[in-house]
Amino acid sequence: MMRWRTPLLATAFALAGWQMLVWLTGVQHFILPGPLRVGQAMLTHWESLAEHGLVTLLEVVLGLTIGAALGIATAIHIAFSARARKYVLPVLVFSQAIPVFALAPVLTLWFGFGLSPKVIMAVLIVYFPVASAFYDGLNGTQRGFVDLAQVMGATPVQVMRRVRIPAAMPSLATGLRMAAVYAPIGAVIGEWVGSSKGLGYLMLLASGRAKIDLMFAAVVVLAFLTVAVRAIVDWLCRRYL
Amino acid sequence: MGGERLFGPLELTLRDGGWTCILGPSGVGKSTILRLIAGLEIGGAFEGEIDAPDVAYMAQDDLLFPWLNVLDNAVLGARLRGGVPDFERAKALIGRVGLTAQIGQKPPTLSGGQRQRVALVRTMMEDRPVILLDEPFSALDARNRAQMQELAVELFAGRTVLLITHDPAEAARLSDVIYILDEAGLRAMAVPEGDAPRAVDDAAVLRAQGALFKELRA
Repeated sequence: MMRWRTPLLATAFALAGWQMLVWLTGVQHFILPGPLRVGQAMLTHWESLAEHGLVTLLEVVLGLTIGAALGIATAIHIAFSARARKYVLPVLVFSQAIPVFALAPVLTLWFGFGLSPKVIMAVLIVYFPVASAFYDGLNGTQRGFVDLAQVMGATPVQVMRRVRIPAAMPSLATGLRMAAVYAPIGAVIGEWVGSSKGLGYLMLLASGRAKIDLMFAAVVVLAFLTVAVRAIVDWLCRRYL
Repeated sequence: MGGERLFGPLELTLRDGGWTCILGPSGVGKSTILRLIAGLEIGGAFEGEIDAPDVAYMAQDDLLFPWLNVLDNAVLGARLRGGVPDFERAKALIGRVGLTAQIGQKPPTLSGGQRQRVALVRTMMEDRPVILLDEPFSALDARNRAQMQELAVELFAGRTVLLITHDPAEAARLSDVIYILDEAGLRAMAVPEGDAPRAVDDAAVLRAQGALFKELRA
């Protein structure tokens, strides 16, 4: 219980401050609703929040899984082959100069309003941190480990599989934890650009109808969703990596 | 290396079934000789011939894999090559170095001396005729170092050992053949009487140690 006390207390203080601000300034509720109003909106609209939240969650989970798999495969590939490193690495780095957000309209144009453009957005945003963190780990294997394995007669494939990959697991875990926080951003941006489902869509819809309390409620749900995904990834990393 | 010649022509023959020691200051290229024999990259050009059978290698760093426990680290070679590890032999050797109680533990929970013992077992498990030791005892405290030296002599009996060290005392205790390596090349030195491991406080060992030390500083 002790480890929950401080964060809970801090949250309570922040909420109280927010409510005080609303009361003291008398700001209109369609500009800034207080936490009480947002809480009310969450209760009233829980069904649609859950419905849209599940859509976003599905996009996040798919995007995270596919993006992480692609990132892992890329990292192993460029760590293993000098030629792949020569050709792929510059492209990979340069690709990061393109803001993923700028691609969202194109993806919607190509893949429509369904699930796939959002999943692709999440994949794109997840791919790089996973690939780069894991590659750094694979590349940074303690020299002595590789020397020892070589003297023991291990082939390069065996060194990769039994030395470099296991030694890089902490780096992969770091990449995955970052990715878990980024994935929802990708999904929501995809939803903003064109969709009929998901928390991003709900935010736009609510804001268009001046239901700012519902918009905030959607943000809160998204935040909880992100924290939950991060916690699950963290748990999986601890357990299996 | 870096355009500079690390050492000139050099000829080294190891005493079959005994301990050959190369003693020298840091940075003189002792480890490079060992890496050449082990078939490892040296980051430079090498001309010459190396006639070495299969070797096992043990370094100053224990190089235990932190994600494997003591037993799995001991059978690392077989694991890496995808072979079937001889767990019975590994357990027996782990018992001989006194780590049976720690057999399921991972390296971060062991002391430096315990870790180097596991590395010793791992080296033995390779069962190679030639064993290359790159300052394997120099990071240990005095008591552990003396114990490890004795254990190594006992376990490696009958094998051809090349020991790289900067410690004259270690060379005097353990070697059957001693060379000093410096800018001038390899020079054979006198070896004290008696079988290794010689007593730390043996008069002949102390004299030899003094002579080696003098020679190193010359």
